[in-house]
Amino acid sequence: MMLDVKDLRVAFRRENQPATEVVHGLSFSVKRGETLGIVGESGSGKSVVSLATIGLLPGTAQATGQILFNGQDILTLPEPDLCTLRGDKIGMIFQEPMTALNPAMRVGAQIAEGLILKKGFSKKAARAEALRLLNMVQIPRAAERIDSFPHEMSGGQRQRVGIAIALALQPDLLIADEPTTALDVTVQAEILNILDDLITELGISLVLISHDLGVIARITDRTLVMYRGAEMEQGPTEDILRRPGHAYTRKLLAAMPSRVRASLEVGP
Amino acid sequence: MSTLLDIRNLTRDFRLGSSTVTALDNVSLTLNAGEILGIVGESGSGKSTLARIVMALDLPTSGTVVLDQQDLFDLNPRALRKARRDFQMVFQDPYGSLNPRHRVGRIIAEPLHLIADAPKGSQRRAMVGALLADVGLDPEDQDRFPHEFSGGQRQRIAIARALITKPRLLVADEATSALDLTVQRQILDLILDLRRKHGIAVLFITHNIGVVQDICDTVAVMQNGKLVEVGTAKAVLDAPSQIYTQRLLAAEPRLDVIGRKARHRS
Amino acid sequence: MNRLPKSLFIGGFITAAMVCTAILSRFWTPADPTGMNILQRLKPPGPAGLLGTDQIGRDVLSIIMSGAWTSLGIAVVATVIGGAIGIGIGVMAAAKGGSVERLVMALNGVLFAFPPILSAILLGALLGPGGLTSMVAIGVFMIPVFARVSRAAAIQIWARDYVKAARMAGKNDVLITLEHIFPNISAQIIVQLAIQTGLAILSEAGLSFLGMGVSPPTPSWGRMLAESQTYLASAPHLVLAPGLAIAIAVLGLNLLGDGLRDLTDPRRRQNT
Repeated sequence: MMLDVKDLRVAFRRENQPATEVVHGLSFSVKRGETLGIVGESGSGKSVVSLATIGLLPGTAQATGQILFNGQDILTLPEPDLCTLRGDKIGMIFQEPMTALNPAMRVGAQIAEGLILKKGFSKKAARAEALRLLNMVQIPRAAERIDSFPHEMSGGQRQRVGIAIALALQPDLLIADEPTTALDVTVQAEILNILDDLITELGISLVLISHDLGVIARITDRTLVMYRGAEMEQGPTEDILRRPGHAYTRKLLAAMPSRVRASLEVGP
Repeated sequence: MSTLLDIRNLTRDFRLGSSTVTALDNVSLTLNAGEILGIVGESGSGKSTLARIVMALDLPTSGTVVLDQQDLFDLNPRALRKARRDFQMVFQDPYGSLNPRHRVGRIIAEPLHLIADAPKGSQRRAMVGALLADVGLDPEDQDRFPHEFSGGQRQRIAIARALITKPRLLVADEATSALDLTVQRQILDLILDLRRKHGIAVLFITHNIGVVQDICDTVAVMQNGKLVEVGTAKAVLDAPSQIYTQRLLAAEPRLDVIGRKARHRS
Repeated sequence: MNRLPKSLFIGGFITAAMVCTAILSRFWTPADPTGMNILQRLKPPGPAGLLGTDQIGRDVLSIIMSGAWTSLGIAVVATVIGGAIGIGIGVMAAAKGGSVERLVMALNGVLFAFPPILSAILLGALLGPGGLTSMVAIGVFMIPVFARVSRAAAIQIWARDYVKAARMAGKNDVLITLEHIFPNISAQIIVQLAIQTGLAILSEAGLSFLGMGVSPPTPSWGRMLAESQTYLASAPHLVLAPGLAIAIAVLGLNLLGDGLRDLTDPRRRQNT
């Protein structure tokens, strides 16, 4: 098992008040090359789970349980080791690529940065690798765009750069928190296609966090449905969508536009 | 059915330094009283510029907006003020559309500024209370502040504010986009319910072509400031005639093909 | 309830103590701050006075207390002048936008380039030195600061949808500014008022030091510093007393400003 989360509980300390628990004993696991979707609405705790998985919980959070990544418990790992793990073994894709990228740095240099720091690439080799990655995420005219600044690119292109950065160090696991929510639907479809192709080709595991069952359905093998910090159900995505076992999942499905719901019924 | 809103040859140019960007390019549309017209487009399609102009918050470069036989841009300020009670708006972000320093009652009553002999005191309170009940909240909620409410409840407050002058046209600019899916569904139901009760016409602006079928009678698809396709919701969604509409529909999240492996099989 | 920032308490306490001292000095001081007594000149702190006496035998504590009134009075009036005009200009620029805004902010920039001491000397040459000159000079140099801060804050509020909703309700710029802009930028402005009052005390002391402030015998911390320079070696308490008074007053108002800023910081509010 690549990622094995056991009875994860996260609580936030508040001044002069008892800590409030926002994740109540969550367990899930991800195999090598597998994609897991975590679906939930605002306040479900899904983003807290993603932060915990990369060891980026804020200082006011207390987490108990285990998050085993290749056998190492992320919750007890010292910060220097976590730092090596992040980027090296676990990549992250954010919702808003504009805030995740450094606005004052050319995109090529941002991709190359990690390669030079963590993999000991020479400047020249890192640039060549950055170009290869930009081509891989299908940035048109990558040789020119490598020297662009983030603000010179569209939202979709910026998210492609975000994916390129996450993949640069060839991680085993990718965590994507609402990676397409800020994008137009046509761009969203392109980004999901690219992500799908790349993780399949490179054999990377993916944890995709989304509020949108449509996105979850598109790319995940298994799905975990969360509501207010607790698991409602989990299982193969196909089963969750076609034979939802929990009333909340049915409610989520019922909230989909009727066209989309209708498409579920005509499926195989 | 009588025509309530008649948008004719609307063009809006923005000057950016030495170049000109056409945000809205010769758009013509009509909306009948009591009908819901969906405007679908991605970012940069001009749909929000259209909303602002229809609300007379911005002037077009050329073209007219005729609401109930009155050309909005032909009215003097006094007459425009008088006309404003007939069209109100609901915005996308329920967190940015309510003044955090005002109580809900004051927020909802704000458009009464348009009406010279609007009720005051306890009469106004009763009026706001009835509206709150209408949008599914407690009449006593008018003494609370916006931060005490969830996103969906705030959007209900914003809708109550838009309804207080009994407008004939409501413009909803991505009014459900920032909400959770289950809450979004409740707000759509509320809009349909208000249309049934008050016969209000709605210009429903959205980037999500999926919800259009559930709420709209007619649909207009926009791209780069131009109107691509107009028709009944059923016709446009079931048999789109334009490539762009087909692309939008194809990109829409689906549930019939599940998981990535399925895609590689096909 | 979240814990209040410490700086708010310390700054608030110092500022309150200073205001009380200033008011008290109008009714009571240990001795007459203008009463000379050559026989008792340059006494160190002790029986002659809690903080000693100065070069012509006046009680230092009494001068410091009365000086608080002078400093605070000039600083507050100056900040009110600068704040009223600056905030007015700032919110108007934000409301009007376009060329009006560009012109106003360009003029502001010109004013911003003048050091306050220089503008005070220029004004002093025109009006003659004195309390009024200090107030106007310090107030004028604050206009650009307030204009910038309030314009920046107001522009953010103008972009909110509730302002669009107010326009849909037929409200004009003045009404929108009063009902929607001011209540939502007041916190930032109050913070700025506290910080600028502290700076004004510093500027007033500087002007008095240069002889451009209130005329003798009105007590003033800055002039005390200037007059006692010669006695630095023989009577250090004469320099120390007004120096510390200025430092503590400015520190108090700055801490108060910082504390208020922390209190109104949206990141802080989100956590509550």
